[in-house]
Amino acid sequence: MAFSPVLLTGVRLCGIRSYIAEQSSLGSVLPEGHRKMADFSVLIAGKAGDGINQAGILLSRLLSERGYRIYMSFDYQSLIRGGHNFSVIRASRTPVSACREKIDFLLALNQDAVDFHKQKLTDSSRIAYDSDSIKSDPAAGQGLGLPLAKIIKEEGALPIMRNSCLMGAFSRCVGIEWEILERVFRKHIPRQTDLNLKLGRRGFDSAKQVTQLEFQAQTPLPVFTGNEAIGLGFIKAGLKTYIAYPMTPSSNLLHFLADAADDFSLKVIHPESEIAVILMALGFAYAGEKVAVGTSGGGFCLMNEGLSFSGMAELPVAIVLGQRPGPSTGLPTYTSQTELNFALNAGQGEFVRFVVAPADAEQAFYWSQVALNMSWKYQIPSIILSDKEMAEGAFSFDIDRVKTVEEQGPLFWDRKDAYKRYKDTETGVSPLAFAPDKDAVIKVNSYEHDEYGITTEEALDTKKMQEKRLRKGTPLSQELEAYDTVSVYGKKDSPAAILCWGSNKGVCTEAGDNLGLRVIQVHVLSPFPVKKFDEALGGVKKLISVENNATGQLARLVGSYGFTVNERIGKYDGRSFSVEQLEAELEDKLEGKLEERI
Amino acid sequence: MQRELATHAKNTWCPGCGNFAILTSIRAVLKALADEGTPLERVVLVSGIGCHAKIVDYINVNSFYSIHGRVTPVAEAIKIARPDLKVIGFAGDGDAYGEGLEHLVFAAKRNIDITMIIHNNRVYGLTTGQYTPTSPQGFKGRSTPRGALEVPLNPLELMLASGATFLARGYSGGLELLKKLFREAISHKGFALVDVLQVCATFFNMYEYYNQKVYELKEHDPVNHAQVSAKIREWDYNSDAPIALGILYRKIAPTFDEKFQKPGIDAADRKSKLDELLKPRGTTEADA
Repeated sequence: MAFSPVLLTGVRLCGIRSYIAEQSSLGSVLPEGHRKMADFSVLIAGKAGDGINQAGILLSRLLSERGYRIYMSFDYQSLIRGGHNFSVIRASRTPVSACREKIDFLLALNQDAVDFHKQKLTDSSRIAYDSDSIKSDPAAGQGLGLPLAKIIKEEGALPIMRNSCLMGAFSRCVGIEWEILERVFRKHIPRQTDLNLKLGRRGFDSAKQVTQLEFQAQTPLPVFTGNEAIGLGFIKAGLKTYIAYPMTPSSNLLHFLADAADDFSLKVIHPESEIAVILMALGFAYAGEKVAVGTSGGGFCLMNEGLSFSGMAELPVAIVLGQRPGPSTGLPTYTSQTELNFALNAGQGEFVRFVVAPADAEQAFYWSQVALNMSWKYQIPSIILSDKEMAEGAFSFDIDRVKTVEEQGPLFWDRKDAYKRYKDTETGVSPLAFAPDKDAVIKVNSYEHDEYGITTEEALDTKKMQEKRLRKGTPLSQELEAYDTVSVYGKKDSPAAILCWGSNKGVCTEAGDNLGLRVIQVHVLSPFPVKKFDEALGGVKKLISVENNATGQLARLVGSYGFTVNERIGKYDGRSFSVEQLEAELEDKLEGKLEERI
Repeated sequence: MQRELATHAKNTWCPGCGNFAILTSIRAVLKALADEGTPLERVVLVSGIGCHAKIVDYINVNSFYSIHGRVTPVAEAIKIARPDLKVIGFAGDGDAYGEGLEHLVFAAKRNIDITMIIHNNRVYGLTTGQYTPTSPQGFKGRSTPRGALEVPLNPLELMLASGATFLARGYSGGLELLKKLFREAISHKGFALVDVLQVCATFFNMYEYYNQKVYELKEHDPVNHAQVSAKIREWDYNSDAPIALGILYRKIAPTFDEKFQKPGIDAADRKSKLDELLKPRGTTEADA
């Protein structure tokens, strides 16, 4: 069986470097086709209301069943109907969390889907499309057109189900057995399952196989979004209560935990504002309940006074801060890394905080546990920086690649001497008690206070308490030395290194691998892991930061600790780097030293 | 009652401050509650920021000295977390009717079983004399030296519309009634608010005025809708009118905290559910 390449009139292969061409193997006879099918991208597009996000996740699950490791990115606008939405699913034999410039399969639900993405197609890309809304075959006779409006009418289905039909066609095209598609639909489409399956079957039967996706001989993995992974990590670490006000890109964490509330005996509360969110959280912490909250930049602004209160009253809380482009309302549904400075400095006064920026679902699951634990162990606020890409993107999740987080309880009162909520200790951490306790009066206070929690304005008391609270930073930093607060990937002895944080770790490691670079990801931003960072930089002569912001916030942060960043690459249009885009920028900064790398 | 109710804190209220009456009353009520089987360790007091808020420094009971306007959400959370506790919030009128109004409305809407005692002195005392949401129109304060342009809120009317199920008004010049009102409010199952006309001796001394206007409610049916409306609207916090003291409104309705409780989960059960979700899928296809 051979398949003929798709001829796309008017399409240029733009901006591809020779090494990319090698890897993606644009040839089309079977042996190279196999190699090609170890790493490919599927894009499904339509308008809001077409179920694009769900379809993207289903495709992710479908490809996972074939043993692929997947990464899905969902691009959508701030509207409910119309506009343009698309999901890109990258599938690879090895773990991946970045997108490429080109796509191998386009599933198009409307004309926009073709128009907006045709420049991503190559000679061998395959297209399945709705021939009822796209009049001329975008693949000049080689595409698979399905009359979806007619099919929907015949089956008595809803327009949103058109994507099920295209998914059936896709499965057939790439040699995925019907049984697998059926299993995925039955497991993950809870409503109108049979109708969706009927449509899937129509698509399946209308298509013919043009290539064979090999079953990657490795165990299929579950797929989670970053938000889901954070939620699951919180549950693992014993979360009792989650409180949030809806705000993109953190709303899905609220929805996920609200759905999981009964199964895991969680209290999930959506109150009147973010100010209510953070203050309620402090009330729960006072009562001894592990609590977390989630928001984005604007909501975090409203939480600032509560954050400072957490620092003063030593009430533990974990805060998920999902970044998106600002300032102000900005681009609610797009991505950025613009709140690092904010997370590190928010809230009046000086107090210790734990700030971490996980890159993907596995890291999010791990660090959300650590964040919750640290907040209770040291009675400090913890901030988990996510962003739209990590929070709403979907990733393969391998539990075996995640280190176990040891359970750590907080410090409890030993019931010996009279209870003092803010007892001064060597570590700065005071023992905890919770109401009702017949032998303890538990007073917390937003004013400066003495060890009993009674207000004081005395100079000596103030100095002593300020030192006590700040002292907690020392054992926290010491404890973190046993954690991978900084990771090094790629060519670990390369004198040229990429510096990154958060969700662009995926594109940085992939581009870094292609160019033979060292890649340094900083996980924990506060307390800043100076020693580990210094070690990671051993032998680096050129450090290039890559961030999704304009002012180089991590570059400036490491600079404040005395480390030099030689070059900065910033992207601030609300989108992530593609592998090719980043490689081009890196090559520019590396200035022809490429030969030395490989 | 074993515990000493006073703390080592030095009292810094002005001589003649109406807050003393609130302090004396609540201490008496707490003592009575303890004698009748609600031990002090089951009580949590929450206060905001202002002269009112110092009350938590003066009572040797669990407390949460919050930030300005943010008594209510804290009190709600503690009650939801520990429904076995008695949660009593103290807030000034600037604190609760201004900065924190949204929370008051929503707590009433939820009918959460907490008690809010409002130290309504109709001035921002601790910041030295600005007008508040319940100051009379024309109030000459530090921020409105030519007289406030705005008409005050009627807080009890607002609370009634928001779903509160216990509304009372007291006066710092009437100690015995105050104790009774606090007692009833704390015992009430649902959201209870007592608006205490608390004299600020330094910045807005209404002692003489209130003495002339206040009267204690007799033969008022706090459940009768028409009577309740009439009494609540009788004084608009602005014009001259008789000022009713006592329980103006009372109703029994389901509370958010009782509806919201979650059954416990066995730790092993939680772990196994989680492990099930996270584990690799396995496949019916053998290694192809």
